[in-house]
Amino acid sequence: MKPAPFEYFAPTSVEETCALLAHYSDDAKILAGGQSLVPLLALRLAQPAVLIDINPVRELDYIQASDAGLSIGARTRHRTLERSPVVREQFPLLSAAVEWVGHPQIRNRGTVGGSLVHADPAAELPALALALDATFTVVDSSGSRRTLKSDEFFVSFLTTALDTGELLREVSFPALPVGSGWSFMEVARRHGDFALVGVAATVTLDNARTCTGAHIALFGVGETTVRSRSTEQALIGQKPDEQVIAVAASEVVNDIHPLSDIHATAAYRKYVARNLVEQALTEAVQRAR
Amino acid sequence: MASKKQLIELTVNGVRREGLAEPRKTLADFLRDDLELTGTHLGCEHGVCGACTVMVNGEAVRSCLMFAVQANGQEIITIEGIATGGKLHPVQEAFWECHGMQCGFCTPGFVMSVYAFLTENPDPKEEEIRPALSGNICRCTGYQNIVNAVRLAAEKMREASAAPVPASIME
Repeated sequence: MKPAPFEYFAPTSVEETCALLAHYSDDAKILAGGQSLVPLLALRLAQPAVLIDINPVRELDYIQASDAGLSIGARTRHRTLERSPVVREQFPLLSAAVEWVGHPQIRNRGTVGGSLVHADPAAELPALALALDATFTVVDSSGSRRTLKSDEFFVSFLTTALDTGELLREVSFPALPVGSGWSFMEVARRHGDFALVGVAATVTLDNARTCTGAHIALFGVGETTVRSRSTEQALIGQKPDEQVIAVAASEVVNDIHPLSDIHATAAYRKYVARNLVEQALTEAVQRAR
Repeated sequence: MASKKQLIELTVNGVRREGLAEPRKTLADFLRDDLELTGTHLGCEHGVCGACTVMVNGEAVRSCLMFAVQANGQEIITIEGIATGGKLHPVQEAFWECHGMQCGFCTPGFVMSVYAFLTENPDPKEEEIRPALSGNICRCTGYQNIVNAVRLAAEKMREASAAPVPASIME
């Protein structure tokens, strides 16, 4: 099937993009990698009157690393992240997860910003944003910026807190505290498929190996990616041995409300989530140093 | 009501080409209909099967998910551009020798993906091969001979010290 007709613009700057958004507002969709949007257009599930192609907006294609953390421009391709040695070194959780995003062809065009704004509950990057406490820098059509925290960004199925006419500029990941370990695990029928269930976890231990912080983010388990606060609370203040981890992992079912669909039942997802969280916590604790 | 056609100028298989297309025309359709390069196939037209895989500026992409207007000024390599001077590329030879195809419909997409993969990773580990092909679907072969073809192609390419980016000379 072929997309319905649309007007097409290819701005080369954020300023130009914002001007177009101001003018066309509700009628326009941003086209970044197109790996999620174009299938929707091809199947005519979406028929925007205007497409604003931000591929030429090079100022949004960057990875900046410092001791404080990582800032990634919204138009940075998944493949750039995958190949980045500085990300591999400073944020191995991101490197591990981005290899699971779609397939090579998808990663060559798809963008970090696009994946986050599309907010598919079975996608990897939104879960990473929760696990790593990302902040989002958003610009509106007048050019003024605001920042959003990860726990306010993902609202519901394919819906974020972005208002009409707003553009995601950048996502920032603060450096993990000293003594942190990480884990990323995903269950999918084939590598690259949407996740049936996935988990991105970070755990921070002090010198006595007591847990002082934990972020456990799950995807594929409901309308949005979600943090399991019950699991996190069951870990903090404890020394996470096998027993503590098992009990904490069993708490995850309190925080997830998976749906049944043609790929898996809700019961299956809950069962797998519990096991996956247990394995991920074990791995994260082992890595914590 | 169609939208206004735009001029597209691009390099395909080393040759400057141009055409007029509505913005909604995909790169896949533009290559096939306007440039008459029908080696790129349409399997699903919504980005899951990989039969439409081409190289854009050296990266394998799904041409059904790009619009032709986005390819303006870019360098494209299609399946027609892989062989040079009438000689099959090592990847093509390997698919032939390993019987890595049956109906052949998915094959151009696979060859382009394998070409991209081995150019970046000339000596892949066994466990890297299938994930690298995960973006291409085959309904005939069951994949085993395709995997064999990747291994053989890697060997051939290493022996030939990897062919440079090919530009097809139409014979």
